Amino acid sequence: MTGPSAAVLLRNARPFGGAVTDVLLTGGVIAEIGSKLEAPGDAEVLDGGGAILLPAFVDLHTHLREPGREDAETVESGSAAGALGGYGCLHAMANTDPVADTVEIVEQVARLGRHAGLVDVRPVGAVSKGLAGEQLAEIGNMARSAAAVRIFSDDGHCVSDARLMRRALEYLKPFDGVLAQHAQDPRLADSSCCAHEGEISGRLGLPGWPAVAEESVIARDVMLTEHTGSRLHVCHVSTAGSVEVIRWAKSRGIQVTAEVTPHHLLLTCDLLAGYDPVYKVNPPLRPAEDVAALRAGLADGTIDAVATDHAPHATHDKDHAFGDAAFGMLGLQTALGVVVEAMINTDLLDWAGLADRMSIRPARIGRVGEHGRPIVVGEPANLTLVDPDASWLVDPDQLASLSRNTPFAGRILPARVLATFLRGRTTSRDGRIVTPDEQVLV
Amino acid sequence: MSRNLLSAADLSAPEAQIILDSAEQMYAIQSRQVKKLPTLRGRTVVNLFFEDSTRTRSSFEIAGKWLSADVINISAKGSSVSKGESLRDTALTVAAMGVDALVVRHATSGAVQRITEWVDCSVVNAGDGTHEHPTQALLDAFSLRRRIGDLAGRHVVIVGDLTHSRVARSNVLLLHTLGADVTLVAPPTLMPAGVASWNCATSWDLDATLSGEVNGVVDAVMMLRVQRERMSGGYFPTEREYAISYGLNPRRLKLLPKDAPILHPGPMNRGLEISSAAADGDRSIVLDQVKSGVAVRMSVLYHLLAGVDQPAPVLEEVSP
Repeated sequence: MTGPSAAVLLRNARPFGGAVTDVLLTGGVIAEIGSKLEAPGDAEVLDGGGAILLPAFVDLHTHLREPGREDAETVESGSAAGALGGYGCLHAMANTDPVADTVEIVEQVARLGRHAGLVDVRPVGAVSKGLAGEQLAEIGNMARSAAAVRIFSDDGHCVSDARLMRRALEYLKPFDGVLAQHAQDPRLADSSCCAHEGEISGRLGLPGWPAVAEESVIARDVMLTEHTGSRLHVCHVSTAGSVEVIRWAKSRGIQVTAEVTPHHLLLTCDLLAGYDPVYKVNPPLRPAEDVAALRAGLADGTIDAVATDHAPHATHDKDHAFGDAAFGMLGLQTALGVVVEAMINTDLLDWAGLADRMSIRPARIGRVGEHGRPIVVGEPANLTLVDPDASWLVDPDQLASLSRNTPFAGRILPARVLATFLRGRTTSRDGRIVTPDEQVLV
Repeated sequence: MSRNLLSAADLSAPEAQIILDSAEQMYAIQSRQVKKLPTLRGRTVVNLFFEDSTRTRSSFEIAGKWLSADVINISAKGSSVSKGESLRDTALTVAAMGVDALVVRHATSGAVQRITEWVDCSVVNAGDGTHEHPTQALLDAFSLRRRIGDLAGRHVVIVGDLTHSRVARSNVLLLHTLGADVTLVAPPTLMPAGVASWNCATSWDLDATLSGEVNGVVDAVMMLRVQRERMSGGYFPTEREYAISYGLNPRRLKLLPKDAPILHPGPMNRGLEISSAAADGDRSIVLDQVKSGVAVRMSVLYHLLAGVDQPAPVLEEVSP
C-alpha cells in the first residue's frame, strides 16, 4: 500500500531542539541536512518555523483491541491516533480476543498495521497460552514469523508463577526477546483491587491495590533475570519503591528496562474521589510522592521509556460503578503533551532527553531497527515535527480513537505535533491524518 | 440541604441536627394508632436495590409509606454488569418512570454517587459497597441521643470489621460532625488503610479501650457484624480467636460502664462479635435502632423531597 514517497523539505526545523536547519526527506530516508536547501521540483515544502524535529516516537505498550473489540479500537484507528500523536511505531499488546499467542494472530495484526500504513505495528506475543499463566505460548514460532516478535507479555495479567517466569525468561534468549512483565502479585492485588491502597482506598471504601504487590514482583523478577541472564522489561512502573528496586538492579548489571505511562507522570490518586471510572487504570493512579519518584526515575534514566498503555474502552464499559468499570485510559494522542508538561516544563528533561525516552530507548528495547535513529543523512525518515510553544484543549470527540476514555478531557496540554513522517511519507499533518492513498499536496 | 444524601460527610452539624430533630417527631408518630402522614402524598419513592437487604429496604419502605408516598421496590440483584446492562442504563430506565426519589443500595462503592450524575431526582444512599451507609449513621446517632443525650464530647467505640464496613465509615464522619469522640477497635488486618488520617482514635486492644485506658471513659459501644467469609480471606485465624479477642462477651461487658449503651446494626452473629448477654441486656439498644431507622428515614425523605431546611412542623395525622 505504501508507495514511494514524494520528497518533503522541512524548512527551519530544530533537530532535537538544537540549531535551526533544513531537512530534505527523499526515498524514505533523510537525504540532506543544511541551511537553505534547494527544494526538488516535486517536493512538499513545510516551514517548521523553528519547530522541533525528533525521531518519531515508539510506543512499547498499546492496546489496539483488534481482533476482538473492534468497537473500541482497530489497528487502523489506533494507528491514526498514533500518527497524530507523533508515533512511528506501536507495539500492539497481546490481550486481544483471540489472544496473540500464535503466529496466525501476530501476523494478522502486523498485516493490518501494514494495510493501515500509518505507523509500524509490531505485535507483542503472549508469554503464556491464552494469557493463562500456565503453559508457554509459541514464543519461538512468533519470533521467527513474518511478524518477527521480540517483546513477549501477558500484560493485563502478571506472570506470577515463579517457575513459568523463569522458564519464559530462559526460553526467549535465543530470539533476542524481552519479557515485558505486568508486575502485580495476584494474591496481594486481585482483579477487584482498583484504587491505590492508602488513605484514598480507605476513605472511598474501594479495594486497595498496594504498592508492594508491584514492588515484590519486580524484586523477584530482577533476581530471576540475573539468574537466567535474560532480558526483562517492566511495564507501567507506578511506585517509588519500584523505581528503587529497578535502580538497584541496574546498578548490579541486571538487564532490566522499565517504562512509565504518561498518566502516572501527571495524575494522582486523589482524582478518584468522584468515583469517575475514567480514572480507573491498572496499576492505579498513585499519590504525589510516587509521581515525583517516577519523574525523577525517568529523568535519571532508571526508567527507560514512556509507554502509553493506550487502553481504549467502549463507553458502555465505563458506564458502571467504579469497581465494575473497565480498567484503562487512552494515551497516544496526549502522551507528548503530558510528558512535556511533566518533564520538559519542569526542566527534568530536555528535548533530546524526551526523544531518548519516547523513541530511542523504546526502539532499542523492542529491537526496532528503523526507529529511534539519529537525525543524520542516510537514516530512515521516521520523524515527528513538534511545535513546543503551541497548546491545545483535549476534546475527546476530536480524538482519532474509536473510544473516548481520556482522563485529560478539558485540559490544556502543551506542545503540538505538526507532522509525522514514516519512511519519508507524511502520515499526519496539522492534526489531520494523511492516508497512503492520498496524494501529498505540493 | 442538598438534593441527595450520599455520604454522612454531606451533612453539616446544623443539617444533621435538623434531620435528627425532625426524626423525634416521626418517632413519636410510631406510637400512634394511625401512623400515616400526608406529607409526601403523590410523590414516588423507588427502592432500587442491587444487593439484597431485608431490613434497610423494609425500613425505607415503611418510612415512605407512613409519609404517604407511593413506594416501589425494584430488585436489580445480580450486578448490571453481569446482565449486560450498564449502571447508567438501569438508572436512566428507572428514573424515566417519573420517580421523585431513588433509594439505592449497591454492592460497589461509589455506585450511588455515579447514579446522581445521570438522574435528576433525589438519590439516597442506602449502602454502597464498603463505602457508606449514611442513614444507618443517622439512626445510630438518633438512637444513641435518645439514650444518653447530646453526643458532643461523648466517646463512642466501634468494634469489628472496619475495613469492609460502610457503617463504620458513615459513623466516624457523622459522630465527628456531632462533636463526639470515636475510637475504632479491630485487629490490624481489619483496620482500613489510611485510618490514621480519619477523625478518630484507633486501638487493637478492646479490653484497654473499654476500660477507658485508650481514649478515656467509654459512653457507648457499637459492635459490627463480622462476615464469616473474612476468615477464609485470612483476616483472622478462627471465629473462636476473634470472639475471644474482639467479641463483647460477658467478661468484657463488665469493663463497660454500667450506663453505656450497646449498639449493633444487625444482623448479629451471636457468640461471635456479640454475646447474648450483651445483645439482650438492659444496655442493648439494638431494637431501638431498628425503630429509630424508620423515623430517621422518614425525616430524610421529608427533608430531601419537601425541600425544607427547617425542622418538621408538628405533623397532623391523616383522618382515618
